Amino acid sequence: MSEVGFNGGSLSGGYLADATGAGEHQGLAIVLFTLFVSVTLAITAWAGRRRSSSVEFFAGGRLFTPMENGLAIAGDYMSAASFLGISGLIALFGYDGLLYSVGFFVAWLVVLMLVAELVRNCGRYTLADVLSARMRQRPVRIAAGTSSVVVSILYLVAQMVGASSLVGLLLGGHGAARTWTVIGVGALMVFYVSFGGMRATTWIQIVKTVLLIGGTITLTVMVLVRFHGNPNSLLHAAAANSGHGDAFLGPGLKYGGSWTSKLDFISLGLALVLGTAGLPHILSRFYTVPTARSARRSVVWAIGLIGAFYLMTIVLGFGAAAVVGSDTVRSSNEAGNTAVPLLAEILGGGAGTTGGTVLFAVVGAVAFATILAVVAGITLASSASVAHDLYATLRRRATADAAKEEGEMEEDEVRVARFAAVGIGAAAIGISLFAQDQNIAFLVGLAFAVAASANLPGLLYSLFWRRFTTRGAVWAIYGGLVPALVLVILSPVFSGRPDALFPGVDFHLFPLENPGLVSIPLGFLAGWLGTVLSPEDADAGKYAETEVRSLTGAGAA
Amino acid sequence: MDKQDGVDPGALRMNDPWQDTAGAGLWIPDQTAPEAGPERTRPEGAPRQDLETGAVDRSAVYLEVQDSAAFQEVRARYRGFAFPAVAAFLVWYLLYVVAATAAPDLMAHHVAGDLNVAMVAGLAQFATTFLLTWAYARHARLRRDRAALDLRWSLATRTGQERVR
Repeated sequence: MSEVGFNGGSLSGGYLADATGAGEHQGLAIVLFTLFVSVTLAITAWAGRRRSSSVEFFAGGRLFTPMENGLAIAGDYMSAASFLGISGLIALFGYDGLLYSVGFFVAWLVVLMLVAELVRNCGRYTLADVLSARMRQRPVRIAAGTSSVVVSILYLVAQMVGASSLVGLLLGGHGAARTWTVIGVGALMVFYVSFGGMRATTWIQIVKTVLLIGGTITLTVMVLVRFHGNPNSLLHAAAANSGHGDAFLGPGLKYGGSWTSKLDFISLGLALVLGTAGLPHILSRFYTVPTARSARRSVVWAIGLIGAFYLMTIVLGFGAAAVVGSDTVRSSNEAGNTAVPLLAEILGGGAGTTGGTVLFAVVGAVAFATILAVVAGITLASSASVAHDLYATLRRRATADAAKEEGEMEEDEVRVARFAAVGIGAAAIGISLFAQDQNIAFLVGLAFAVAASANLPGLLYSLFWRRFTTRGAVWAIYGGLVPALVLVILSPVFSGRPDALFPGVDFHLFPLENPGLVSIPLGFLAGWLGTVLSPEDADAGKYAETEVRSLTGAGAA
Repeated sequence: MDKQDGVDPGALRMNDPWQDTAGAGLWIPDQTAPEAGPERTRPEGAPRQDLETGAVDRSAVYLEVQDSAAFQEVRARYRGFAFPAVAAFLVWYLLYVVAATAAPDLMAHHVAGDLNVAMVAGLAQFATTFLLTWAYARHARLRRDRAALDLRWSLATRTGQERVR
């Protein structure tokens, strides 16, 4: 989930040629990829045999246990770039990389305390269910559906560019191979989602979480054993081999420069901690369990797994600095994405040895499995938004007088969702191919910032603010979404820098790379303003219903 | 894994480290109703439009429940824990982030061996997150779940619509 610093553009396919004989890596890695893909396809085929009611398709039947759902939530959240990207940042920048682990983890308290149970009680399949519960359906659903799809696509593109980089890294592939990887990943995720729905997606997440946690534990134990279980000697060696000495363990190596870079970091920190609670694919996971209490317990499971995982990425990051050395990591990949594979190779016995080759390939396969699972989760959430929020709303007006059977409507939604997955997959493939050589850190930071600016204010207001109105909800969503997108277009990420999306021109007016610091308060402000300026008062009866339902579970789907 | 037969959600408690003993038996398996088509079981097959015009009765019930002492108690317990806890950890997290950018020297101060203030604070963020998670789950389980479930049942009987949406 956290591709921060996962720099797609600077990954060089030539890495393997420098490091070891590429052939062995490739062979083994391809066998492992194929194995994982076969397992996931089997899961999809098995899940696809079921009758496709909408509860089955969008919520996997709602009868997952808290432990299963907790594993799946963790799977949705921990992406390859958390695994490779954060450890890489720590290997390069020491303490400043560690700040990411903390932000991504602390965010879960917002989800646990303010969102999970109440969202489970108030909604059926999507974020828009909750936002529109006490409002006029049409405008709020369209707004919430749109922002969910925008967040999801940004996120999806980041993941797919990550996959293409990973293949470049593992298989030494260039242009064509990476293009085909993006297309292959896109096709697979569309297949998982449109044939397997939520049930297949959930089981794929569970398998992936087990693999990822297993791989991470193995590497962490090997690092700790190498340093005789003494964290102090690990830190000491990391500082010594980083080339920065003691400064490596303190803040400032990455974000210590100008005030803009410091503000940028605070902005990112804010987006990370508030964004998680607005991510559509995380919210939709709560509908796969029967009750709010199970939703709470799934989050507790997820927090346990995610916390352990991020703690281990810290060990891996410092371990890579200590064992591999920051300079070696940097020369292999400027963004540090190869730190963990390099570490695995040395821990396994070094380049050219069997152990090294096997561990390297395993790490690559786990990272690839991770990406596949994450993209499936996001695609499902966004196709649910398209079908259940956008299509159903537009369709409902068209057939309002026909008194269309509710059941028929639901079948329609599932059918539309299957096609929407194809459309979203195609869009994501297209954008990913265009953005293939770009830095993807901004896409993830942006996805989080948009989620925090557009989704979170409306969600919190509608759950907790008695006076919140339809206009407030619509303004909160667009008032966060539009500034977030505009500020990114005006930021140095888009223009004015050599590594920008459009390096040739310079129209950057906004100094920060991450819009969160400005756009999140704007989202909250717009929601408040829209409510205050609303011509109508809030419906007290509907708020009573939302509040009572959210806390008691009465009438929950 | 087929759970269509209405497995009690608590059945997995054996492997669940967050299991509760106090709340055992609390969850009457109200989720065993077939999930397949809740919409079709809407009373008298009332279409959506009727629900909106006929909302007066339901609104009245919900308003009354919202005003009831039992519900006020549940809400006060929830908010009394969640709001201060969220405020506290957000402030603590923001302090941590701002300190790294505004007071790097303080953060780089050594505590023990190679461990400095920044590293200790980072690990402390992990620790407080785990701790708050445990405290929140425990508070909800012991102080809120039973009262909320009672309300849910009384509402279900009054509105006759356990599954409205």
